[in-house]
Amino acid sequence: MSNVLHKVKKAAIPAVIAAATSLGMSAPAMAEWSPKKPIELIIMAGAGGGADQIARLLQGLIEKKDLSPRPVIPINKAGGSGAEALRYIQDKAGDDHTILVTLNSFYTTPVIQEGIGVDVSNFTPIGRMAIDNFLLWVHQDMTDITDLDSYVAAVKAAGNSWKVGGTGTGQEDSILTAMMEKEFGYDVTYIPFPGGGTVAKNLVGKHIDSTVNNPAEQNEFYRAGNTKPLVQFTAERLPAYPDVPTANELGVNMEYYMQRSINGPPGMSAEAQEWYINLFKTLFESEEWQKFCVEDGLACDTYVSGADLGAYHQQQIALHKELIEAVGASSITGE
Amino acid sequence: MEEILLHLAGGLSQAMEPLNFMMIILGCALGLLIGAMPGLGSVNGVAILLPITFLVPPTSAIIFLAAIYYGAMYGGAISSITLGIPGASTAVATVFDGRPLAQTGHADKALTAAAVASFIGGTISVVLFTLFAPPLATFALKFGPAEEFSLMLLAFATFIGLGGDDIPKTIFSILVGLVLAAVGLDIISGQPRLVFGDIDGFLHGINFLVLAIGIYGIGEMLWTLESTQGEVVVHKVKMSLSQLKSNLKDVKTYIGTTSLGSVLGYFVGTLPAAGATPASLMAYGLAKTFSKDPDSFGKGNVAGVAAPEAANNAASTGSMLPMITLGIPGSPTTAILLGGMIIWGLRPGPLLFTENPEFVWGLIGSLYIANFATLVINIAFIPLFVKVLTIPFTILAPIIYILCVVGGYAPTQTMHDVWLMLLFGVVGYLLRKLNYPVAPAVLAIVLGPLAERSLRQSLLSSQGEMSIFITRPISAVCILIAIGLVSYPLVKKFKKKASETAS
Repeated sequence: MSNVLHKVKKAAIPAVIAAATSLGMSAPAMAEWSPKKPIELIIMAGAGGGADQIARLLQGLIEKKDLSPRPVIPINKAGGSGAEALRYIQDKAGDDHTILVTLNSFYTTPVIQEGIGVDVSNFTPIGRMAIDNFLLWVHQDMTDITDLDSYVAAVKAAGNSWKVGGTGTGQEDSILTAMMEKEFGYDVTYIPFPGGGTVAKNLVGKHIDSTVNNPAEQNEFYRAGNTKPLVQFTAERLPAYPDVPTANELGVNMEYYMQRSINGPPGMSAEAQEWYINLFKTLFESEEWQKFCVEDGLACDTYVSGADLGAYHQQQIALHKELIEAVGASSITGE
Repeated sequence: MEEILLHLAGGLSQAMEPLNFMMIILGCALGLLIGAMPGLGSVNGVAILLPITFLVPPTSAIIFLAAIYYGAMYGGAISSITLGIPGASTAVATVFDGRPLAQTGHADKALTAAAVASFIGGTISVVLFTLFAPPLATFALKFGPAEEFSLMLLAFATFIGLGGDDIPKTIFSILVGLVLAAVGLDIISGQPRLVFGDIDGFLHGINFLVLAIGIYGIGEMLWTLESTQGEVVVHKVKMSLSQLKSNLKDVKTYIGTTSLGSVLGYFVGTLPAAGATPASLMAYGLAKTFSKDPDSFGKGNVAGVAAPEAANNAASTGSMLPMITLGIPGSPTTAILLGGMIIWGLRPGPLLFTENPEFVWGLIGSLYIANFATLVINIAFIPLFVKVLTIPFTILAPIIYILCVVGGYAPTQTMHDVWLMLLFGVVGYLLRKLNYPVAPAVLAIVLGPLAERSLRQSLLSSQGEMSIFITRPISAVCILIAIGLVSYPLVKKFKKKASETAS
């Protein structure tokens, strides 16, 4: 067996050398600081979801391209719509070897669950990798529902027994669901599932009536003819869904996006922040990442990093506070 | 049918290609070692070895990861049997009878049974996979929250006989498990529950492995220390070819429970919510319920090792199905496999079977080979594993202690869980002294969160109507079987009494 291992190692050497040389040319600025021990990549959601897929893809790419002298270890801390992860990062203040991959519960969880005492504006912004989109989905067999109007009519007709599946109270899809309830004046039953993939499965199995999933979570079922999108909550139609109208086109002013960014704990050293900004810039610009974005319907046009990302966070925190206030925190928590 | 055979032949020949074959052997051997190390488990194993896969083509890479996953399922039994520490959550049920067997000098018997049962479970499930994957994927979709809850009830019912005769103590044990399962953040409202004031570590709930390692690893060690009173005990171990032959002959005594465990395991594995741990516990419960000699379970019955081992291997194959067709990982390890697939640009979903047949069938073909390879490697290593038991317990005890601490730390990487694990160890020891069965508590902490989630989801969607569980056909059938299982021991008792009075 040791013989076999040996062979694998041998095969690895040229690949590592190649990766190292290309790295040396593309990122000369990485000289000062570099990780001294394994980097914890905290995921504020469960295994198999969108954030998890992204974290594992990024880890894989870092290994593949040999971009870090120390390994990156993804750790899921999904508890309480991300509360567990946020608390963990907050308690890691000043640590240069812990980073967090976010979704929008980064903004909403500290507002809805004040008890956890987390202020994300103190976190160290590193880089925004993508903007994710939302569409409204129903099962293909719901032939009566063909557009937003017939959808709203069906939900109203069902009274509050219309079942919307989502990934959890306070998660981005629950906010969008609450926004729709307010806009159209109906009430739905919101049923939380442990991840976007499970939500999709329950829609295909007709255990729920509709959902606002990200494109990546539904695309394969859409292609297989199981589900259909009715409306997209974007400014312009996504290239992957040229025939699906946006809410704005239908006269409903509703846009909602989700950032997927990397952040460090409060008080990370400036040198480390610089190193991570460059690391994720290299990843952002890689062919693999851009390909992933196209396939998953993510917008990856500009890499926003450092102070610019911090400003973006400030603006999003304010926006989410407004949204939560508008729909009422209780309509999200269901209390 | 012909088409399936054609695809399978293609898949097998792909798996037999030198590079793929080498990846299978390497993966199985590494998996075996990873699974045998408490706390390392297949999740970490697959994660650590992910980078190696970038050196080979995507199909070979997935085959490699699947082989590790597979080997780890076999390996989990090794530390369960030899040390009494479950190497992974899927191997907890293996401790119940594997450890007593080892203590009475029959470790080789238990290890052989585990290897053979795993092989049978793996083979039956991969054949089922080959023949019925697409229809089963459709069936899995029919499982909504209501069906999941009824299945969980069914799982509890399989355990009703486990506590022995003392029913109040069994119920107590189940309730303690359910309370521990409720610790953490409420799954619907996100509010903290039972966090003892404001202890951070309880926010993520009580990890099931922390409980199992504490109760079985530490508790068992304390128990052995007490019963030996510091005397130097060395287990007698003998291992020869003739012994192996006679062990293999034993297979026919547990082939029935093994086959049952395999089919059950595969089926439970294909459901996205469940996975290999509930499957192995259910198989153990069923094996005991239907055994001619249920009292010998927990004291060293080979069938008690074979049933859960067959089920966890079958379930690990089964959980590949929701991963491939629905993109939902049935276990944390398949989540990493899923991550791997995405890195290589393979999109899991209903179309993967038709759009990437060479990948899917290569993977299926590799499972056949991995199964056989792991059996051979495992049997070859048994004499080595058994040697562990010849170490005097005075030396082994601190090693077990260290492995338990590592195993308790690994799943969440917080010291909180290490303290908790030690506490559970002491409590487990006390419960054992007072003759409380602990297996029902272990079952309850595994199934509790799954049952709670599906119960609340079901009642939300039915607006609080309990009838949802009996108006849906699959759910109703599960509940009927559960009622049957609960009453079965009673019926058996009455029959026994009736025959006693008659004679």
